[in-house]
Amino acid sequence: MQIPIEYYLILSAFMFIMGIVGVLTRRNAIIVFMSIELMLNSANLTFVAFASYMGNTIGQLFVFFVMAVAAAEAAIGLAIILALFRNKMTLNIDEVNILKW
Amino acid sequence: MSLEIILFVILGGVAAVTSVIVITRPNPIISALFLVLNFASLAGLYLLLNAQFIAVAQVIVYAGAIMVLFLFVIMLLRPGNEEKIFSRNPVVKIIASIVAGVVFLQIVYMIFFTSPSNSVTGEVSASVNAGTVEAIGRELFTNYILPFEAAGFLLLAAAIGALVLAKKKFE
Repeated sequence: MQIPIEYYLILSAFMFIMGIVGVLTRRNAIIVFMSIELMLNSANLTFVAFASYMGNTIGQLFVFFVMAVAAAEAAIGLAIILALFRNKMTLNIDEVNILKW
Repeated sequence: MSLEIILFVILGGVAAVTSVIVITRPNPIISALFLVLNFASLAGLYLLLNAQFIAVAQVIVYAGAIMVLFLFVIMLLRPGNEEKIFSRNPVVKIIASIVAGVVFLQIVYMIFFTSPSNSVTGEVSASVNAGTVEAIGRELFTNYILPFEAAGFLLLAAAIGALVLAKKKFE
């Protein structure tokens, strides 16, 4: 535990920002989805860093639940992408605008 | 330099660089493979933080199951290469990147402003005991049994929902 916790938090913040940039700039639905996974993982890193620097189990438990939710989200999201590709033959999220007014 | 610092620099550097590569490559398969590398280096960082169970779960669940699902869908759909990241609508994307950079600087400022290392103890013995499978399993099956069952139900619902969404409709 020689490394101050700030460095873990900065690494986590950097990964989160990269996830945000990916969601904002990329137009491929699968890459947008991968950016979301990146953001979930950076939040996990923050949880584990605080949990282990405080000698606490609860933070790691929460990471366990986040992983369960991420697995469910990946299954549903990829199924939606499959259905989308089957209906519109595209993965570009700019062309998927049937809910747009 | 101790081994801990060297490992942190290597694993953290790999995690940071691969997270940049994931969002900049036009080919989604390359992005997915670098995301696997990112998850693996995160698992190494979890081991460095004495969270053994989470590290193993990270490799099995994320780098294993979820990324296999991603690669399967990518290779099933075969999307063409997207054009380079700044080639279309460059103004909007550059503005988005600048806003994200400003948010990053704000977060870094807040991290050093609040100096969380003063409030955490950083005792190695407590964190070693906290990260074992035994400690997590004990908490999970006593105090947190209801969220655990809810997570199981959520996964069941997700499996059924994925089947319903992705199945071919025969007319």
